Amino acid sequence: MAGEAHHGKKRGTFVQRTIDGLAETMERSLYAERLSEQAGVLQRLDPRVKFIGTLSIIMVAAAARNLTVIGAIAAIAIMLATLSHIPLKSFANVWIGMAVFSGLIATPAIFITPGPTLIAIPVLDWVITSTGLRSAAFLLLRSEVSITLSFLLIMTTPWMHVLKSMRSIGIPALVVVILGMTYRYIFMMLQTARDMFEARQSRIVGRLNDADARRLATATVGVLLSKSMQLSNDVYLAMQSRGYRGDVYTLDTFQLGGRDIIAIIVISVVVVTGFVFGSGLLG
Amino acid sequence: MHIPEGYLSPSTCVALYAAATPFWYVAGQRVKQMLSARMVPMLSVFAAFSFVIMMFNLPLPGGTTGHATGAAIAAIVLGPWGAMIAVSIALAIQAIFFGDGGILAIGANAFNIAIIGSLVAHWVYQLIAGKSALTTTRRVIAAGAAGYVSINVAAFVTALQFGIQPMLFTDASGTPLYAPYGLDVAIPAMMIGHLGIAGFAELIVTAGVVAYLQRNDVSLLAWQANSTPASTSWAGTRRMWLVVAVLMILSPLGLLAAGTAWGEWGADEFADPAARQAITEASLGAPAPAATPSGLAWWSELWAAPIPDYAVSFISNEQVGYIFSAFMGTGLVILVILLYGFITDRMRRDHTAIG
Repeated sequence: MAGEAHHGKKRGTFVQRTIDGLAETMERSLYAERLSEQAGVLQRLDPRVKFIGTLSIIMVAAAARNLTVIGAIAAIAIMLATLSHIPLKSFANVWIGMAVFSGLIATPAIFITPGPTLIAIPVLDWVITSTGLRSAAFLLLRSEVSITLSFLLIMTTPWMHVLKSMRSIGIPALVVVILGMTYRYIFMMLQTARDMFEARQSRIVGRLNDADARRLATATVGVLLSKSMQLSNDVYLAMQSRGYRGDVYTLDTFQLGGRDIIAIIVISVVVVTGFVFGSGLLG
Repeated sequence: MHIPEGYLSPSTCVALYAAATPFWYVAGQRVKQMLSARMVPMLSVFAAFSFVIMMFNLPLPGGTTGHATGAAIAAIVLGPWGAMIAVSIALAIQAIFFGDGGILAIGANAFNIAIIGSLVAHWVYQLIAGKSALTTTRRVIAAGAAGYVSINVAAFVTALQFGIQPMLFTDASGTPLYAPYGLDVAIPAMMIGHLGIAGFAELIVTAGVVAYLQRNDVSLLAWQANSTPASTSWAGTRRMWLVVAVLMILSPLGLLAAGTAWGEWGADEFADPAARQAITEASLGAPAPAATPSGLAWWSELWAAPIPDYAVSFISNEQVGYIFSAFMGTGLVILVILLYGFITDRMRRDHTAIG
């Protein structure tokens, strides 16, 4: 009986869980948009400097063969978050999510990676190897540091500016325009999907069994697909009515200021130092 | 299945960006040809669609839940080229704005999920559906199989990428620097999860949506079926496959044949006659500079560690050699098929000319 009740509860929450997930995605991006308007150190920088800087430092973290270097980058990221008035608790979900995911994947490596024994666990007859522990630390630290850096960029830069700054690394204007439009339609579709689930939720009495839940999900995807086709036709007609002929233009209105020059110098120093120490020559 | 940052080495990430680029290029050309000015709104809206359905939490038989990537249903409705662009864009936005998958790993994720996923789904769907009517059950089965097979092939390729990391990238103490498990662990771990759970999520979504469209909006299924049936044929994309085949053959050749990765020579190799010979061979006969390039000498003081033992570890590792042989073999197979297609085409043309 208890098992059945538990099962029933789980089934009943399928629609609700999907609604919550969709709502959370929208809220998270609105929150980031709000933070990006605050007067912090990173918010004042040119988006192109931040974009290229973030990518370079993620590269340094990815290439480093030295845990201290990755740890130092983590410290810099946390310092920058504080200086930019980004509450550290807004990273909590991201950090915990990544720790659970990478932790789950990295844990067996502690025991099964061949190498010198660090600790032998007596009863289970398992051994923790130093290489295993280090490799798990690499995986966990690297993934945490990279996600922190990319969230730092997103939380201090309006998203449309992030997209525009992609032009500066040679991504074609057409791709940037499609990314920008996609980003806008994602919100529209999240809203549509949420409305559909809510409408259905309000008509459910009792619980939805798994098969019905699957039918509901696939029907929702089908409706979204039909709506997408319709929407893309409407958008195309709207674009055409405004004179769209298939060529795209972007306005690149960013200008480097004194602050940005200082930032470029600081980032270059961090990147070069990170590469030098990370390559293992001095570390 | 979105690969986060830190699981693949930067060089693997760059290689997979390079592998994805010819597909993106050809896909862009094809879609533009088919949709012209309609391309931008169409791809944007469908990329948004892919993004949103990746968030649906699907209850699976047996009490677990799973997410579908939507690549298979996109390939069935939009065709493989449109699907690979739409899904790649959705993956890029997930990585950049939502931290789902690494930014350096966008190339890898797009290659596995969007490109391989869409192509395999398209082929499987075409193979099973054949010329059957749009509303037949056979199409629903074809769609389910396309979803299940495509996600599993994508997972297998991802597992290969994970599995080669500890063979290629370890530090002096033997610590794996990226994904720590070899092929013997990575493949079963990935495949059990995908054959058992994720595959069914993709199967249910793909088959379910096709069944839904058959009842409610069959025009969406007709759209791709009627447009260009030969859109992924060898003839239409011969040049792209040629580039892919050449890349596949050259990359291991550069590493194995000369015993040195092209462009990754250490400063001391310029002084050693045998190494100079290897560089010359790898450079298609162009002689190596007489002295160590001064810039390289300066840099190598900073970068001393990784370069010298690089080539040694490649050659001495049997498994790595095996992988690269498989890679080259695949490239050669593609070349042979291209050549066969070319010859039969010529023969047919001559035949028509005579007739």
